[in-house]
Amino acid sequence: MLFGFEWDLSSPLAFAVSILPMLLTGMWVTIQAAVLGFALALVLGLVWAVLKAAPLRIIAWPAAVVTEFLRDTPLLVQLFFLYYVLPEYGIVLPAFMTGALALGLQYSAYTAEVYRAGLQAVPRGQHEAALALNLTPARKFTHIVVPQAIPRIVPAMGNYLVSIMKDVPVLSVVTVLEMLNVARIIGDRTFDYLIPLSMVGAIYLVMTLIASAGVRALDTYLPKEGIPLK
Amino acid sequence: MSDPIIRFDNVVKRFGDHTVLDRLNFTVNRGEKVTIIGPSGSGKSTVLRILMTLEGIEGGVVHVGGEPLWHEADGVTPASEAHLRRKRAEMGMVFQQFNLFPHMTVLRNITEAPVRVLGLPKAEAKARAEELLELVGLTEHMAKFPHQLSGGQQQRVAIARALAMRPSILLFDEPTSALDPELVGEVLGVIRRLAEEHDLTMLLVTHEMRFAREVSDRVVFFDQGRIREEGAPEEIFTDPSEERTREFLKTTLEPSSP
Ligand SMILES: Nc1ncnc2c1ncn2[C@@H]1O[C@H](COP(=O)(O)OP(=O)(O)O)[C@@H](O)[C@H]1O
Ligand SMILES: [Mg+2]
Repeated sequence: MLFGFEWDLSSPLAFAVSILPMLLTGMWVTIQAAVLGFALALVLGLVWAVLKAAPLRIIAWPAAVVTEFLRDTPLLVQLFFLYYVLPEYGIVLPAFMTGALALGLQYSAYTAEVYRAGLQAVPRGQHEAALALNLTPARKFTHIVVPQAIPRIVPAMGNYLVSIMKDVPVLSVVTVLEMLNVARIIGDRTFDYLIPLSMVGAIYLVMTLIASAGVRALDTYLPKEGIPLK
Repeated sequence: MSDPIIRFDNVVKRFGDHTVLDRLNFTVNRGEKVTIIGPSGSGKSTVLRILMTLEGIEGGVVHVGGEPLWHEADGVTPASEAHLRRKRAEMGMVFQQFNLFPHMTVLRNITEAPVRVLGLPKAEAKARAEELLELVGLTEHMAKFPHQLSGGQQQRVAIARALAMRPSILLFDEPTSALDPELVGEVLGVIRRLAEEHDLTMLLVTHEMRFAREVSDRVVFFDQGRIREEGAPEEIFTDPSEERTREFLKTTLEPSSP
């Protein structure tokens, strides 16, 4: 029994059907971890991107070092660090929160790069025209640069959402009951790993196909000229 | 005759160790239409970009409207952002690549700065935009986005956009160089009308020699960051005194112009 559901070992099909609710419970955790981590990555990445673009080196440099570190060390190392080291300093988070935080931190280094590239892809002439018209830097950023950067940023971000989803199983090592961990527990208890693991693979395939299709649709839907402002 | 609205005093501009303007002295009088000609890389755009505050200077003083541009009133202290903003308001610029905002309609392109920078009520900004679109002959394209227009139409919108800020100086940096030959005429036609009907001060970089000859009060020949020769168009085009000017004009003799 797991999450209140019983498994039915009478036939492979019955087994598969009976464990589906358990796996879907795990899938829900996976989705939550991915979405929470992604949301964190979106916000934190923008912070990094802005800091790294700062004219002052004492601001830009630490941000560059931190993002480089986040990008170049394994997710698992960062996860262990948060899970085992933070409590020593009195910061005790639930395993799920620690996991989402680790995902968000690592992916913030990637999204920072997407923001940077997207903002930099807006032609210099746009900045010059805005300056010549005396628009304030803030107005230029929010109404000239950002609307033109969004169509370049969104598809790349979508790809990271797919990829973060596929990284969620790493959280199983700190006891988060995401989908793969659920499948492993089912396997441990029923001695049938094949069916639960195959189902995890199939569910993942469906999830990523849907997400990828969504990203592609966004890409075709978003106008290349920027988000229209009437 | 001497009421300079633009004055370069020994202006030095460098990119790295490449000196682009070496103690340039140059004036434009109020209401004057001045054309800058010269070979590519001679510093023509740099002069306009310094005026529009897109490039700083390394030496000398630039005066606009009787005040230093890159310095505070004392002519020494580097200008504050507030000072630059105030000076920028006196000028408008038309770029070679138009630089329209691609995500805004033609109307929004023209009203954005008047509303946001000058604080004009939307209705008033719109009325002003409509008037300008009529001037450049694009009234029926008001609701379109730039990519739905031809290059010549886009450049005419860009001219209207610059005019909407009511500048006293209008800078044109090769406004027809990015256009297909058959679209050059419509843009030159608009600039010609502006030159004839308005008391705007106009500083224009162009390779359209016939046009330059017809609309300008004065032609300035730039070569290697210095003014090699300047004078009335008739003089420069028919009887230049410098050998370099003669050579340059020979290489650019082309029939295109309306
Ligand atoms: N941002 C820049 N960085 C380095 N060199 C530049 C830059 N802008 C212009 N230059 C150089 O300055 C010189 C003058 O350029 P420019 O004013 O654009 O010439 P023109 O408009 O007459 O063709 C050229 O040699 C050009 O390579
Ligand atoms: Mg040029």
